Amino acid sequence: MTYLLRRLITFPLVMLGVSVLVFVAIRLVPGDSITAMLGTEAGLLTPQQKQALAAYFGLDQSWLVQYGRWLLGVLSADLGLSVTYGKPVLDVILQRFPLTLELACLSMVVAIGIGLPLGVFAATRRERGSDLAVRIFAMIGQSTPSFVIGLMIIYVLSAGFGILPAMGQFIPFSEDPLGNIGQLILPALTLGLSFTASVTRISRSAMLDVLSDDYVRTARSKGATRRRVIWRHALPNALIPVVTLSGVEFGYLLGGAVLVEQIFALPGLGRMVLDAILQRDYALVQGSVLFVALNFMIVNLLVDLAYVMLDPRIRLGGRS
Amino acid sequence: MSRLLSVRGLTVGFGRGDTAKTVVHGIDFDLSPGETLAIVGESGSGKSVTALSINRLIDDGGGRILGGRMEFTTARGEVVDLVSATDRRMEKIRGSEIGMIFQEPMTSLNPVMTIGRQIEETFRLQQGLGHAAARLEALNALERVRIADAERRLGYYPHQLSGGMLQRVMIAMALAANPRLLIADEPTTALDVSVQAQIMALLAELRRETGTGMIFITHDMGLVAGIADRVMVMNGGRVVEQGTLDDIFDRPQHPYTRHLLQAVPHFSHGRHVRRDVSPGGRALVRPALKVEGLTVRFPATTGLLRRPAGAIHAVEGVGFELMPGETLAIVGESGSGKSTTARALLGLVKASRGSFSLHAGDEIPRRKPIQMVFQNPYASLNPRLDVESLLAEPVLAGGVRPDGDTRKRMMSLLERVGLPSDSLRRYPHEFSGGQRQRLCIARALMVDPSVLVLDEAVSALDVSVQARVLDLLIDLQNDLKLAYLFVSHDMAVVERIAHRIAVLYAGQIVEIGRADAVLSNPRHDYTRRLIAAVPTTDRRRDVFRLQTEAVPSLLRPRGYEPPEAVWAVCGEDHQVLVEQRAMMGEAR
Repeated sequence: MTYLLRRLITFPLVMLGVSVLVFVAIRLVPGDSITAMLGTEAGLLTPQQKQALAAYFGLDQSWLVQYGRWLLGVLSADLGLSVTYGKPVLDVILQRFPLTLELACLSMVVAIGIGLPLGVFAATRRERGSDLAVRIFAMIGQSTPSFVIGLMIIYVLSAGFGILPAMGQFIPFSEDPLGNIGQLILPALTLGLSFTASVTRISRSAMLDVLSDDYVRTARSKGATRRRVIWRHALPNALIPVVTLSGVEFGYLLGGAVLVEQIFALPGLGRMVLDAILQRDYALVQGSVLFVALNFMIVNLLVDLAYVMLDPRIRLGGRS
Repeated sequence: MSRLLSVRGLTVGFGRGDTAKTVVHGIDFDLSPGETLAIVGESGSGKSVTALSINRLIDDGGGRILGGRMEFTTARGEVVDLVSATDRRMEKIRGSEIGMIFQEPMTSLNPVMTIGRQIEETFRLQQGLGHAAARLEALNALERVRIADAERRLGYYPHQLSGGMLQRVMIAMALAANPRLLIADEPTTALDVSVQAQIMALLAELRRETGTGMIFITHDMGLVAGIADRVMVMNGGRVVEQGTLDDIFDRPQHPYTRHLLQAVPHFSHGRHVRRDVSPGGRALVRPALKVEGLTVRFPATTGLLRRPAGAIHAVEGVGFELMPGETLAIVGESGSGKSTTARALLGLVKASRGSFSLHAGDEIPRRKPIQMVFQNPYASLNPRLDVESLLAEPVLAGGVRPDGDTRKRMMSLLERVGLPSDSLRRYPHEFSGGQRQRLCIARALMVDPSVLVLDEAVSALDVSVQARVLDLLIDLQNDLKLAYLFVSHDMAVVERIAHRIAVLYAGQIVEIGRADAVLSNPRHDYTRRLIAAVPTTDRRRDVFRLQTEAVPSLLRPRGYEPPEAVWAVCGEDHQVLVEQRAMMGEAR
């Protein structure tokens, strides 16, 4: 409990640091949002019109004033106005986020569902043919870029089996759950495959470590079957690194996956941020980076809490 | 009487193909029901491999049974060959017919399961009991191994219990299904001597109660004397001798058995202490190390703001003098503060209070007054440095550039500690444990210290290697007039090397004096208990008394100051702390 409080106190501090960094970084990039927004038409504007637009979006002030205003807004959950969408930043983000969250969750289900059993299986067949096969699969999965995997999946399905993945207009989960899932299966597989590969590798090596521990031998000396020794005694002890890795990967996925969203034409957070950067949509970039950072911190906190559930020896915040 | 276990030509190897290596070469032995056979040997003798082969757990470490027969008579009277039995059959036999206890209780229990669930598991696997019934049986099993407050302990995780407690849990688990054979693989090696005595007492009592046959693996002849009916001595994967306890101890035939019985330090109540320093001369010499009121406390905190909640009084008001050429042994059990004392003297932990002064001596030039040799020679040498760099390290740390003289000194020290002259270019992994400890000693001597702190310096070594390293230490001490502060829990080793002994209990010295006086005539309760717990070859089939006294907590409230120590003199150079029971009574 005290640990949780201590951790929560650090949240605003980290957020403050992130906000300063992103605020400065986006402004160091040459170009301005008015020109980016209007494109060639910007040349048609009179200086007065430009001035008026800049004043409307608050871009005529000094950086310090802009930052101060923005920060005050953030404190009251007002992340500012998006130049490109002409809507509040928070609305834009919240509209995009469900898809990204869903995609991240599905990828994780794929990764844990396939990677964990595969890793455990490989560890128990150490140095045999099946272990080697799993390791080669993991190596390929980890080293192939996700867009290659995505394109290959589309190609194989459409050219080989004549099934076209459901592309086109995105179907929200709330409108048609089945259609929505059907639409997301391929992107989730694509994203999940490299995730699966890393989960496989880490669970294999964690299991190998644990299987040579003394208590595994004790369990066998009690007459436990091989299966029971592996799943009941060894696996719970090997989960910590798997949880660590999954937490980090999940955190990344919550920031959006630009390439996969692009390939499957999905309106996720990743593409939105990319567009916002290209459009110099300062408020949207700032707001979404802050949002992603907050998500990342929450996921990490959850990972820490998971440690406590997995291993009774871990006491958070303790010094030894 | 029919046999419980009959082993013929058991051969065990590790690895396959070119790297295959046979480690047990066709051994034979028999065990009758209810009999205890001790298998004795040093590391590499194949004794643990033999033990693990009996219930076929040897494949866990990559071993394979290459040949032989192991005929085991089950409770139903069937004879099963354990070498050729199917895996399914073995799963039934393990736990229900053959129970096993391992060396390291701290790592042998699953850290993420409560001990209750781990004991229950045996009942569920072997007797098919449901949850509630298994829980009841687990409770009985814990009570059978004399664990107080068993109901509550069932919900504990292994890290919440001490090593001795955990070993009892292991025993409870191994005996859960009333096996006909119990294999105990060095069950007390990782434990303190008084805890060891309790575990031995428990094993002896349970053996009487249940009539279980037992195979007891150990390197300690003293333990063998206490528990075994018959003894089998192993060396290099072969049985060199086996026979009844009295035959082996009184009429050993094989030279190796005789070596184990004689060369190895055995405790003899102060009859074999060193007498090479005259105690009369003490007053005339300046001490090499003088310690006064040394106190080490670790703050304990609580709550959100880490408010100080008191302190762990690890070392409390320790004082002594150490003369040149003399060994002061600091004995005590884990948590008594003996290692903390040693570390404080080297500045590895910060002393909260107290002072110590080092005197370099006049005859020999000393560059650094104090050096340390650690317990584990495998972990205390950097594996990436060759011997020359390792030996140069303390010289460099003293701000001196190694030169030709340094090299000459290295060569002479290597020769002095008995290492080959071509050692300089070699790396630590190329040396055996004993050789590594010699390296550590040479490293400490590079800067001519006057005081050498030896923290359990021979505890990790095999018994006969131990004897040789002790001899080396004694020779070096006499030649170089070194003062040793010898921290150890092993009374037999202490008896060999110490001139004086300080007994540490709960951070305080409770008794200090000449080695023969302290060992032959202990005055403090704790010293007596400690000495009574030491197994010796004289105490055959001696039953240790079972007691369950807990070590007092060292956590004290804020601002707590212990009462002033009052010493009683009970002989020339022999003092004992007077227990202040009256004061403690008032405090309650």
